[in-house]
Amino acid sequence: MKVLVPVKRVIDYNVKVRVKADGSGVDLANVKMSMNPFDEIAVEEAIRLKEAGKVEEIVAVSIGVKQAQETLRTALAMGADRAILVVAAEDVHQDIEPLAVAKILAKVVEEEQPGLVIAGKQAIDNDMNATGQMLAALLGWSQGTFASKLAIEGDHALVTREVDGGLQTVKVKMPTIVTVDLRLNEPRYASLPNIMKAKKKPLEEKTAADYGVDVTPRLEIVTTSEPPQRAAGVKVGSVDELVAKLKEAGAV
Amino acid sequence: MQYGLTEEQEMIAATVRSFVEREIYPHEVLVERTGEVPQEIAEEIKRKTIELGFYACNFPESVGGAGLGHLEFALVERELGRGSMALTHFFGRPQNILMACEGDQVERYLMPAVRGERMDALAMTEPGAGSDVRSMTCSARRDGGDWVVNGTKHFISGADHADFFIVFVATGEEQTVKGPKKRITAFLVDRGTPGFSVRDGYNSVSHRGYKNMILDFDDCRLPDSQVLGTVDGGFEVMNTWLYATRITVAAMSVGRARRVFNYALDYAATREQFGQKISKFQGVSFQIADMITEIDAADLLTLAAADRLDQGLPANREIASAKLFASEMLARVTDGAIQIHGGMGLMDDYPLERFWRDARVERIWDGTSEIQRHIISRDLLRTLGA
Repeated sequence: MKVLVPVKRVIDYNVKVRVKADGSGVDLANVKMSMNPFDEIAVEEAIRLKEAGKVEEIVAVSIGVKQAQETLRTALAMGADRAILVVAAEDVHQDIEPLAVAKILAKVVEEEQPGLVIAGKQAIDNDMNATGQMLAALLGWSQGTFASKLAIEGDHALVTREVDGGLQTVKVKMPTIVTVDLRLNEPRYASLPNIMKAKKKPLEEKTAADYGVDVTPRLEIVTTSEPPQRAAGVKVGSVDELVAKLKEAGAV
Repeated sequence: MQYGLTEEQEMIAATVRSFVEREIYPHEVLVERTGEVPQEIAEEIKRKTIELGFYACNFPESVGGAGLGHLEFALVERELGRGSMALTHFFGRPQNILMACEGDQVERYLMPAVRGERMDALAMTEPGAGSDVRSMTCSARRDGGDWVVNGTKHFISGADHADFFIVFVATGEEQTVKGPKKRITAFLVDRGTPGFSVRDGYNSVSHRGYKNMILDFDDCRLPDSQVLGTVDGGFEVMNTWLYATRITVAAMSVGRARRVFNYALDYAATREQFGQKISKFQGVSFQIADMITEIDAADLLTLAAADRLDQGLPANREIASAKLFASEMLARVTDGAIQIHGGMGLMDDYPLERFWRDARVERIWDGTSEIQRHIISRDLLRTLGA
């Protein structure tokens, strides 16, 4: 079976984001970018399936600016077999919206015919949490979202989902789309031998036009603002004082 | 120098950096407080390094290493330099000099060191022989077919965890026009060899937990098979294999300086005094500007020196310049970072006082700043007959 893993280049989770002066978004110029952490988990899961003999080939795909090539190289260094880069924007500040991404991915799926798509549940930049679901709708495939556990059993998959009330396990028919949550696994580092091999692995470059998908934004960002500043805390000396302070603040 | 790093080189640096951030940083406070690295943490770091294929990455592929070039290895050292040396010691980089192993030494020392089964330590310095290596008094005399070693080595890093030692010992004296000159031989000495003992050294302000130990030789008997290289050929193996170790000091200084710089930058951008961010005062902001300029300069000097080695070009002077500038830069950057933090910078709630203490040794070990200046100036002046 072949697995397709979409990966997104996003602002590194360690970076303190700064809102652009005109409020149009977050400043991405000269900022460290990395693979979306949920996508790292997706790549890791694909590698584990391959190590378990359930998967023969892992194809990583990224849609965005040309620099997303670095993100794909990271996926290759972790253990993906080949990569497809779909250049859909020139400006690093242009985000490709979930529907456009899903449409391009649907075309890639048509070409590649994977038996499974594993994606991050959302990207940490815009927190849309929509691409996987839209892709399932476009393809007419089953979907298992927010996976904290994944088991492939013949022509179906068991996906354990983290829902508000606890854990829910669903059985979905293959081929399927699984979006992964934080606790599914802990992604590995790229090993040195794999880093050296990554350059030799094929990386195919395409454009959004190759797939006939219009990536023009349909959403308008009205404004982006910094979260409110946290007020300074108060140190208390005893439990009694703590309770008194909480009462004072109307918290208990 | 071809300008810019390749994708692989960037990825090597990024991987080591995230390893240090995730696997080293969390243990640093413990090591600082106790001065010890718990065995299970040491083993875990070692195991993960082996799994990653980074253990002994400075060794050629023919002996099971990763065959990294000098530039790539400098990047590895640079990123490791961010973390506590007591802990990054277990991201094992055995001494290259082990490549001089011959015959059954290969299976007894070189291969186990590369596989991470046995750790090594290098012993050269003595209480009376620092920069002046040739003045060593630790000596070996012939007795039958063996060598009998007597003397003391000190400041031996990594000796507490080492399974064997590469020890430089005087094996005679020759007369030259400038007077008598000692002949030096390198020996491989196993821990536990009769007549050889390892004891605690001094408490250093720099690199807590990365201990310096004292080695005592008291009629320690070694057969010829323990000689690394040839008898009286100690300087030869030293020059063949140890020429690049000073790049390590330079690279680590750069990595640590970048970590320190980020503390200074963050603090300058958030701390308020006199009703505004302190970075609004030029006394602070210009210091930030000077720091990053020096760090970038040291980074480039170091990588350029490593690149010269990869190109097979003479690099002795360039390595000395990198070591000199990077270690002195680190002193200025750690000092400046504390100045920006004010009193809080000196408290051990922040790691800055540690970086400041750790920085001090970089200007001393692997050749003091003065020795580096000597190397640089002689390289230029000797050819002019001056």
